[in-house]
Amino acid sequence: MILRVSRYRPGVDAEPVFQDYEVPDRDDWAILDALNHIKDTVDGTLSFRWSCRMGICGSCGMTVNGEPKLTCGTFLTDFTGPVTVEPLRGFAVIRDLVVDIDPFLANLSKVTPWLVREGEEPASEFAQTPEQLEAYKQYSMCINCMLCYSACPVYVLNPDFLGPAAIALAQRYNLDSRDMGDRFDVLSSEEGVWGCTFVGECTSACPKHVDPAEAIQRYKLTAALRSVLPFSRRRS
Amino acid sequence: MSYSPPRDRLWFLRRRAYLVFVLRELTSLFVAWSAVYLILLLDAFADGALPAFWDWAGTPWVLALNVVALAAVTFHAVTFLNLAPKATVIRLDGWRVPDFMIVGGNFSAWLAVSALILWVLW
Repeated sequence: MILRVSRYRPGVDAEPVFQDYEVPDRDDWAILDALNHIKDTVDGTLSFRWSCRMGICGSCGMTVNGEPKLTCGTFLTDFTGPVTVEPLRGFAVIRDLVVDIDPFLANLSKVTPWLVREGEEPASEFAQTPEQLEAYKQYSMCINCMLCYSACPVYVLNPDFLGPAAIALAQRYNLDSRDMGDRFDVLSSEEGVWGCTFVGECTSACPKHVDPAEAIQRYKLTAALRSVLPFSRRRS
Repeated sequence: MSYSPPRDRLWFLRRRAYLVFVLRELTSLFVAWSAVYLILLLDAFADGALPAFWDWAGTPWVLALNVVALAAVTFHAVTFLNLAPKATVIRLDGWRVPDFMIVGGNFSAWLAVSALILWVLW
């Protein structure tokens, strides 16, 4: 099996170039295993991010044959011919398959992705009903892998767009019965939910079935209602 | 030092889903045209100028435009209604109404309104 890997060595390459590597065509190997094989036995200079190897950490997202994928969950047996591995689209390339994630982290912090509380500290834990948990659980499955950003043409064309994962995580806290924060100003802006043109590819790319497109469209409805009904609060 | 790829001006040709999205957005122009056509029809009706309107509407280029508009608006309506469950999460006593029921409800309402309009006009 041939792995056609995008290489970018700062100071050496003016732009990324492809380099072919032959790897054993093993049934139980994911793309990440093949990349690790290259790094360990063929070319130690190849750079890429990875950690858990089980679809939890969200580190190993790359563009595989044109599609944003977690390379730990994409197997060699899924392909017949040469497999092209490139960095995630929509992000600057630091080296080889490593992209600059700072813009994503900056967007993420804008939506205060944590429980916001006001008033006195609670005396005991906050109990939630199964229904209250179910309201936000789906969005809490996001692993920040950025595949949705790479699949989103709006983000790739306009990096100021808050992006699918950040908005889905904002909704994760908006819909949490324990949260008292108000993210309206950030979300209901041109760079927020209104920047989304509903291509829907973020949902297709998501390996954890978070469905960011749904989160964005739902908040559009909330934002529209709040704009029309000024007395309504965030749980409207 | 990092590398930022140049803007891809043909991004919508790279994936089928992008192309379908762009087509759906472009069909909005025909939705706008259909609205204008309807306003012109109502204006002619109010002015008692329907014969002149039908003469104009029967010219080949208007006929051709409306045939294309019908296809485009149908495509727009179908794709729009199919996307509706993404924005409409309905829970009934904790049970989430499945997407196909929301889509089915939309299409049923569309057919019912169309049938009502046909019945009124007939």
